[in-house]
Amino acid sequence: MIPAINDQLTLNQQERLKAFLEQGLPLEHRPFKTLAKQLQTTEQALLDVVQQWQQQGLIRRFGLVIRHHALGYHANAMVVWDINDEYVQQVGAKLANEPVITLCYQRKRQRPEWPYNLFCMIHGKEKQQVCNEIKQIIARHQLQKIPYEILFSNKVYKQRGGRYSLRKS
Amino acid sequence: MQALEKQLISQFQKLSDISLTPYQAIANELSVTESDIINALQQLTDNNILSRFGPVFNHCAAGASTLAALAVSTDELDTVAKKVNQYPEVNHNYAREHYYNLWFVLTAHDQDHLTQVINKITKDIGLSPLILPMEEAFYIDLAFPINWDS
Repeated sequence: MIPAINDQLTLNQQERLKAFLEQGLPLEHRPFKTLAKQLQTTEQALLDVVQQWQQQGLIRRFGLVIRHHALGYHANAMVVWDINDEYVQQVGAKLANEPVITLCYQRKRQRPEWPYNLFCMIHGKEKQQVCNEIKQIIARHQLQKIPYEILFSNKVYKQRGGRYSLRKS
Repeated sequence: MQALEKQLISQFQKLSDISLTPYQAIANELSVTESDIINALQQLTDNNILSRFGPVFNHCAAGASTLAALAVSTDELDTVAKKVNQYPEVNHNYAREHYYNLWFVLTAHDQDHLTQVINKITKDIGLSPLILPMEEAFYIDLAFPINWDS
């Protein structure tokens, strides 16, 4: 599923690099070194691929991945909207520009149980503050007539990066 | 939290450049030693604040993924959540205040594998999840702005 093939590493080497990176870089002077040995390639070849993936957008960002709960951001709201398919792109693009919204996606509805197609995440330290921000967003974008729900999280059971290397056994 | 740790969180969720010695590069930028950086990152890891230092992959380009939700009876929520957590394909799993009270994200190399895992989970817990795959991302996880003052 890797879109562009990098000719410096075989597909298998690229998959193993991805699996390695998904767990984070080791906290040591030359973090790519051990893996380069295992993959029988050079550190530089691995780095080149990582940089290429970044340019291609396969890697969205690279750096510290933080658990926001541990920093006092306990009020994590998922706001879901049922927006006419004709307008969902337009509204999604506008909401994505709201600084308090950290994620904004269009997802498939699953009617009749689930009519909502636009999902936004808002993280805050207090529930009331998050609710006020949602009210302001509704007013700013004239969404008063759009059905929506706010789902606050109340427990984190798991939070880590995706493992795209997992295949059918 | 130490000033250096806060600075790392504020400034280095998105690196503009990755090198063979990324910690040395950060150290140079902040005029401290590489071991200061490595120690600070280790401290953040030990305190469960840092999930990892590494990439966030684009979900759509990197493989297959979906959001899923279950409506579970309150007294069984912890047990069901634990069962769901056992699958390595599940990377986020939260309880939320709603009739659909358990929300998790699944990722895998391809759609076939994802479907197989969803079927396994459904059979395992005896409940059928809502499956809500992404159609379009307007804004995804570029970094998380931290307000240190409030």
